[in-house]
Amino acid sequence: MSVPDTKKTPLHEVHTGLGATVTEFAGYLMPLRYGSETAEHQAVRTSAGLFDLSHMGEIFLTGPEAGAALDHALIGHLSKLAVGRARYTMICDVDGGVLDDLIVYRLAAETFMVVANASNAVKVRDELVERSAKFENATVDDRSDAYALIAVQGPKAQAILTKLTDAPLGDLKYYAILPGAVSGIDALIARTGYTGEDGFELFVSSGDAVRVWEAVTEAGGEDLRPCGLSSRDTLRLEAGMPLYGNELTSETTPYDAGLGRTIKFEKGEFVGRAALAALDGKAPGRVLVGLVARGRRVPRHGYDIVDSDGTPCGVVTSGAPSPTLGKPIAMGYIDAGRAEDTDLAVDIRGKHEPVDKVALPFYRRTP
Amino acid sequence: MSTVPETLSYTEEHEWITQPAEGVVTIGITSYAADALGDIVYVSLPQEGASVEAGEPCGEAESTKSVSDIYAPVTGEVVAVNGSVEEDPAVINSDPYGEGWLFKIRTDGDGPDLLDAPAYSKLIEEA
Repeated sequence: MSVPDTKKTPLHEVHTGLGATVTEFAGYLMPLRYGSETAEHQAVRTSAGLFDLSHMGEIFLTGPEAGAALDHALIGHLSKLAVGRARYTMICDVDGGVLDDLIVYRLAAETFMVVANASNAVKVRDELVERSAKFENATVDDRSDAYALIAVQGPKAQAILTKLTDAPLGDLKYYAILPGAVSGIDALIARTGYTGEDGFELFVSSGDAVRVWEAVTEAGGEDLRPCGLSSRDTLRLEAGMPLYGNELTSETTPYDAGLGRTIKFEKGEFVGRAALAALDGKAPGRVLVGLVARGRRVPRHGYDIVDSDGTPCGVVTSGAPSPTLGKPIAMGYIDAGRAEDTDLAVDIRGKHEPVDKVALPFYRRTP
Repeated sequence: MSTVPETLSYTEEHEWITQPAEGVVTIGITSYAADALGDIVYVSLPQEGASVEAGEPCGEAESTKSVSDIYAPVTGEVVAVNGSVEEDPAVINSDPYGEGWLFKIRTDGDGPDLLDAPAYSKLIEEA
């Protein structure tokens, strides 16, 4: 059953043609998996995977004051970002709660592209419009519908894309972006991703999305597999990357998530500064931890974490069977006072299943 | 696409059941259920010798995205459990009506009404 106002990405027919299981996510019909999500996951870890991320929001800030407007609106120091580079940052509420986590790319001295989660894109756009109103020389333009986003992720991503572009991919640093032609089609090529692997994200005109997808598919051949949101979620979870709505919410501060380093007080005033400054240097009340289950039952989002007495001391934010570890893994918040407990369990539908607390991430690629 | 073998009976919880042979039925989950779950990574089954009651949960199947209860479609005693699907649950995805069978129940034949293949096909088409 499809909701009447559910949107489709420009690649929707490609997905259904590939036999994808389609799911509604953040108002879009998106591919959940094309076949085995475990095989898709492994393809990204060992070879390469192709993702449609066209549901993500692309919001542009332009003008002489674009950097200053972003410094005010976000917690990062974006006016300092070099042209051609990217930064992971967040937009917070006045009370310090996270409204979204973002990647900001500086495309030119006076042009920034803010990439927002699909579920938050409208909220982020509206906040950016409101927060930049006092900057006369900064303009907000939501180009989410004009852009498709296609990610090529995995150890063979560069070799595959090299067949399609003259852009100097070998010189493109992690968290950098450059314009180039992919199979003759204009693209912004970024070395970013959400999988824990090397890889690229291609921002292309929506009208070019199918041609780019098909060109990458052909260049990738047996080395490349289309991947859905299910594998995207297990890949990011193994990499210890937070997901908005799970590890990050408006009830969470960047400190809770262990991301206090992304707050740049030295830049001066910004929305949420006072609330966050009051928390700076203080021990947060809860900490985000990694958990590995000893058994085979999976701790999932919303399940209680319990201490050795069986008393709830936290909650699982994300959990899944890890294809790489071969065990169930989870992230969750636990009360800071229990962070050193070694005898933790997760209440899995009434039964307390023991888990081991581990340092995040669960998986780190070998360089 | 999901297959629905004509010779089997079905439940609304997406289990399949063979016709009784000497009072014993074999039970599994349908290809529709296996496809909906995605890759099954863990399955917990009742113990051999356990008594199970029709309509009550007696096991669970975990996939990447979700966990589902497995219900006993008939009342009786578990007389066999497929240990190989506990070892390698992916078999349930690849061969749900064959090597992916789950357990066998000795039943006296009494129990709730089951769906025949056309009725189950209609159920999953409307889902």
